[in-house]
Amino acid sequence: MEIIFFKIALILIIFLISLGMAAYSTYGERKIAAFLQDRIGPDRAGPFGLLQPIADGTKMFLKEEIIPNVSNKWLFILGPCIFMVTALMTSAVIPWGLPLEFGGVKYNLQIADINIGILYVLGVVGLGVYGVMIGGWASNNKFALLGAIRASSQMISYELAMGMSVIAILLMNNGSLSINTMVESQGTGKLYGFINISGMNWNVFYQPVACLIFIICAFAECNRTPFDLAESESELIGGFHTEYSSMKLGLYLFAEYINMFISATVISCMFFGGYNFPGIAYLQEILPANIVSLISIAVLFGKIIFFIFFFMWVRWTIPRFRYDQLMRLGWQVLMPLSIINMLITGAVLIWFNN
Amino acid sequence: MQLTNRAQQVVNKEMTFLERLYLPAIFGGMLITIKHLFRKKVSLRYPDVKREFAPVYRGQHVLKRDAEGRENCTACGLCAVSCPAEAITMDAAERKIGEEHLYREEKYAAKYEINMLRCIYCGLCEEACPKDAIYLTDRIVASEFTRGKFIYGKDMLVEKMDDRIDISQRKKHYSIVNN
Repeated sequence: MEIIFFKIALILIIFLISLGMAAYSTYGERKIAAFLQDRIGPDRAGPFGLLQPIADGTKMFLKEEIIPNVSNKWLFILGPCIFMVTALMTSAVIPWGLPLEFGGVKYNLQIADINIGILYVLGVVGLGVYGVMIGGWASNNKFALLGAIRASSQMISYELAMGMSVIAILLMNNGSLSINTMVESQGTGKLYGFINISGMNWNVFYQPVACLIFIICAFAECNRTPFDLAESESELIGGFHTEYSSMKLGLYLFAEYINMFISATVISCMFFGGYNFPGIAYLQEILPANIVSLISIAVLFGKIIFFIFFFMWVRWTIPRFRYDQLMRLGWQVLMPLSIINMLITGAVLIWFNN
Repeated sequence: MQLTNRAQQVVNKEMTFLERLYLPAIFGGMLITIKHLFRKKVSLRYPDVKREFAPVYRGQHVLKRDAEGRENCTACGLCAVSCPAEAITMDAAERKIGEEHLYREEKYAAKYEINMLRCIYCGLCEEACPKDAIYLTDRIVASEFTRGKFIYGKDMLVEKMDDRIDISQRKKHYSIVNN
């Protein structure tokens, strides 16, 4: 019974954290964009402009809601809903920290430790394509449709390379798809078999290529620069959400930031040790378990925030790809590379196991 | 004809493997952007901090009075003649007895108007003026909702006695330039 209440509370908390992170990502994006361009950025709403997301949200809510006459109204409303729901669903399989313990009951900081973990993430992210496609199609606008086709074809193409790069990790992980076991295995054992730092056995040290492919694909999945040609929000009409206004547009933009948050989480869980940090075993000896658990949550969020920053940092560095370059990179470079990486990983594992 | 020695021959050479990877170039670019994160910001928080104007900034005009508060302008019309944008209009009038405390010369401008939308702020009126009467200042012409309000009359142009406009910086600069 306690476990159920705990899970419901955890779902609520993670829901709120996702929304909060997304809201403050918009603020962070504007602030970091400004800093990287020697500007100051929003600083009028509240101290350091910290209330800016609230002002933006209020603005979005108060805008006029326009549903085009010729659009398919139900699908038009359904589009942003699907996009938002799928963005929020992914966080269910993420282990957010070491288990907490109250009154002898262990509480796993993971909503559902399902054994297909990472497959679930990839699947739900794949569902997000429907949000984009339905939104673009229901708008009944040429440009929205073109934008939707470009965005969804990009997302689908990069999902392949993403999945292939994940397989290399699965091979190393004895074929377990659960993100929880993935994170746990990165916290135990010695790095390369001889460097003895606890909690430092991160996958990125074994699979730098897979990590790189995964990060690049995550950029493409989130429709972010350098792969934001489907939207080009800075100069073109906005791609699939051309016809959207008010909070429906807000939902699309918001869900993109949630996607970014989830991508950062998955990257840090899969390759950068999740909640593990150097010296975790030592801290577990000298501190109570619950405090170490809280530290591990903080460490995971530190990693997530770094990767969100990394997303923004790249956005203001690299110019946009052309559509043919994007497809060539996805199909002719990343796909073969991830397959080769997978084969080499398999070969090396067989070599060592014999 | 060679204009500068900065011209570079364009080479269309094959890229090496490292260059085709793009990753070194991307990391180089990211290093550059991260350096900007710590640079001094160039923005000014405008209403709180205002950028200092040059001493010879050419903004809204002022019609000067002399030390005793008499208007310098004698309505000679040189400013209107010199104005390339034809923004200045004036009517001259003769000074009556008893008005000596108002106007310095025997003739004065009864009406003096500058159309701030026509004006190009070139400063030729100020150079043409023989009587030290008109100067451009570092004040910015305020925005209005209607065009008519941009035609500034004497009420807007002549300096108030309790709010004299300091143009000494400007005069000093001109004396340096002219000598």
